[in-house]
Amino acid sequence: MTPRSWLARTGAFIVVTLASTVGHRGAEAADDPFSSYRQMLGEDNPAELAVARGEEVWKTPRGPSNASLAGCDLGLGPGVVSGAYASLPRYFADTDSVMDFETRLVHCMVTVQGFARDELTAKPFSERGARQTDLEVLTAYAATQSRGTTIDVPQQVRQERESYARGRALFYRRAGPYDFACATCHSADHRRIRLQELPNLTGAEGARSAFEHWPAYRISQGAVRTMQWRLSDCVRQQRLPELVFGSQASIDLITYLGVLARGGAMDAPSLRR
Amino acid sequence: MRRGSIVLLIVLGLAGCSTPRDQAAVAGDLTPIIRSSFRARGQAGLDRLEQTGMQRLCSSPQADALPADLKQRLQREALESVRYPDDGRWLGDWQRGEQIAQSGVGLQYSDKPEAPHGGNCYACHQLSGSEIAFGTIGPSLYRYRERNEGGVDSMRRTWERIWNAHAFNACSLMPRFGDAGILTPDQIRDLMALLLDPQSPVNR
Repeated sequence: MTPRSWLARTGAFIVVTLASTVGHRGAEAADDPFSSYRQMLGEDNPAELAVARGEEVWKTPRGPSNASLAGCDLGLGPGVVSGAYASLPRYFADTDSVMDFETRLVHCMVTVQGFARDELTAKPFSERGARQTDLEVLTAYAATQSRGTTIDVPQQVRQERESYARGRALFYRRAGPYDFACATCHSADHRRIRLQELPNLTGAEGARSAFEHWPAYRISQGAVRTMQWRLSDCVRQQRLPELVFGSQASIDLITYLGVLARGGAMDAPSLRR
Repeated sequence: MRRGSIVLLIVLGLAGCSTPRDQAAVAGDLTPIIRSSFRARGQAGLDRLEQTGMQRLCSSPQADALPADLKQRLQREALESVRYPDDGRWLGDWQRGEQIAQSGVGLQYSDKPEAPHGGNCYACHQLSGSEIAFGTIGPSLYRYRERNEGGVDSMRRTWERIWNAHAFNACSLMPRFGDAGILTPDQIRDLMALLLDPQSPVNR
């Protein structure tokens, strides 16, 4: 099936699924109207299209240096992709900083392949309906290579512990015209915005349910979205200015989440609303 | 921020020593990280990252456990922030109120600045019985009038809660719809009608 026909069928199916779920079972049972849709899709996650392209992009010599990403060190040694996503963010001595997967990927594309950082990060996320960016498909591919791997975001060195502590403080930091923090919506169990259930990101269970499943194919957007995107879009809805891609605050928040999620098993890219 | 609040912040900082020392010690000053991590976009300027005294006090992971005198002070300050209808008219049009309650538009950098703001009440509250897509961060407001009679006292209390919910509940999760200028007094009148008009679907 072509991507186009898949999307057409999917769109119709979402409408039918939502209508029947809400209509028959009412609000209490409709916390996750996409669950039956997810079950039906099974292994047919459209993120696989991005994963396949990501693998190709990863292994193809590209950029001014005409190099593939085979030399990229994601923390487990140069060229090791398998399992690496599950232990990021972590501290890297070569940059003397804690990096999440996406910022480390940009670092590799700059240092190994010779791409310009500003060009890579100017538009990290694809516009709605547009072709996925290289960063998105590469992230989808790398996450697949950690499927089933136990989340083990390290707290070995001072910099990693500081990142966690800042991330936690940022999580609770209220600001902006709505006085929102991450904690406003994500610090209690079984809360919803409209019908969307919100993970409680103050404990292991909720943090795992979030960390294990990103990047994700976002059904409502028809695209693979990454953890950096997920944070950025939460911040937009908090009525704050734009969270800069790869910024220290973004990395610290992912560290906070990843450390809480330790012990979970990666299962990304997943399907999300 | 008022001078009194600064003093109270220092008090809270000392109280914060009861949290695990390693976490408190290494988080450090977030200001430089906040400054470098955001960029102004659309109507969302960097000034939005500056915290008010209330926001700072309510950013503690233990905000629920604020000392009673601090809570009382936040509540008193919130109550003092309320501006009441200048013509004594509490209730507007519940139908417009329903539209405001449904709309989540406003103040995001992706929103048109000139578009009327919504209250997005359904994101967190049940209101009309017929709207089943409601959130559960806040309490259900279905049949609000039954529990609040509709006399002048409950009118005033409801207005105050919408204007600045911290007046009754220090560190409330609810935005200060009046105090922060999210909704106009006319829009708040319409929401008042949605909650308190006997003909509103909230009460039928």
